[in-house]
Amino acid sequence: MSAGRLRVDPIACAGHGICAELLPEMITLDDWGYPMIDDRPVPDELLAHARRAVTACPAIALRLDRLATGGAAPVGRPPGRRPA
Amino acid sequence: MTATDARPAPPLLAPGPSLAAHLAVHGPLPRVGAGLVDLARRADLRGRGGAAFPTATKLAAVAAAGGDVVVANGTEGEPLSGKDKVLLTASPHLVIDGLHLAAAAVGASRRIICVERGHPAVERAVRAALAERRDHSIEVVPTPRRYVAGQETALVDWIDGGPGRPTLDLPFVRGVGGRPTLVDNVETLAALAVVARWGPAGAARMLVTVAGDVTRPGVREADVGSPISELLDAAGAVRPRAVLVGGYFGTWVPAAAARSTPLLGGVVAALGTDSCALAELARVAEWFAASSAGQCGACTWGLRDLAAATAATHGGSPDRRAVADIRRWTAMVRGRGACKLPDGAAGFLASGIEVFADEIAEHRAGTCRRSDRRLLPVPPPEPFR
Repeated sequence: MSAGRLRVDPIACAGHGICAELLPEMITLDDWGYPMIDDRPVPDELLAHARRAVTACPAIALRLDRLATGGAAPVGRPPGRRPA
Repeated sequence: MTATDARPAPPLLAPGPSLAAHLAVHGPLPRVGAGLVDLARRADLRGRGGAAFPTATKLAAVAAAGGDVVVANGTEGEPLSGKDKVLLTASPHLVIDGLHLAAAAVGASRRIICVERGHPAVERAVRAALAERRDHSIEVVPTPRRYVAGQETALVDWIDGGPGRPTLDLPFVRGVGGRPTLVDNVETLAALAVVARWGPAGAARMLVTVAGDVTRPGVREADVGSPISELLDAAGAVRPRAVLVGGYFGTWVPAAAARSTPLLGGVVAALGTDSCALAELARVAEWFAASSAGQCGACTWGLRDLAAATAATHGGSPDRRAVADIRRWTAMVRGRGACKLPDGAAGFLASGIEVFADEIAEHRAGTCRRSDRRLLPVPPPEPFR
């Protein structure tokens, strides 16, 4: 399984903060409760936790982009989609 | 061959608004087609809307994506800047030429000029120039008077009938009408029109708005990369203490550094020794907070708290908490928005509290005797539709 990079959609994100609970190694909350994402590649041992955080986001604001190794298929919200 | 590289190009504001004057100075528009990308690259033309992104790279990206729309961005929501409005009024034909060149280069059929509403003379000049040419191929779209309206994605959203809020779309992939779109600042397009005729020399000069504590404020033409001290001298800066380079989306530098600071962005504002800087910082911090589209959490709440902390610093807050908060929050909000509004606020305030550290101490001690000159304008942003 290839490594990935976490991305948050700052418009969709409503600051539920669940991601930071599930993946504190890579996500911390700012002073207003919104996630600050470590944008380095997610280490293999955290990939399952990262996927759980993506799935658990009530705002569907978190996604895991596969690192560029040909046709990148993001998990979660597709890139370039207009916010509803 | 369109031009020799040695000829000096005429000034951007030279010919005057009529088509006859424009043609007398510049001559007819050469057809350069996709060759425009190479011309822009050789001229090292950078976007004149503030981001200074290489124009050739952007042109090539939109062309490769199958460009369908070109937008001339004349919104100029930066309150200190007036150069785009002056350009559109004085040399509308250069902007129109540039728009046609860019559209031909990327293969676009739809052409749009955006002007900030509330400036009737600007819109009138653009419409008069189009009428004079009997050019019905270009749409003129008036835009709201608020900073974020000019961000590329917000402009696309507005043109498509939305509220004019920033989105996460990439305009060169999904722009106006969902089609690949080139959004270029109006001065960038005018520079393309000059480069196409006069070669790389056409990108050597840029328009700058000089504001603040100067005896002759206004729009000037200057060499790209020349020291900002030359501009300040020309505009008659009165005992400058610090200079805001690049406007609200730039940074403060001490006046002593002006000689070694090259001109990049199109706004320079001087602050004199008698002017209270913290009053200006507090007001502009409030403007940043009011300018947020309220979409991204770090921007919505971060800019609000930054405004409060800056106001506390101006008010002489005795503890050192407010300055520490400004340092912490400016670092925290950077890169956290869909657009660059939080980054602008962060750069303005983070540099401000360093450059005016002495004055912060004076406010704490209650010894600042400078007056609030209200040099930096803070027009209330138009509400979203």
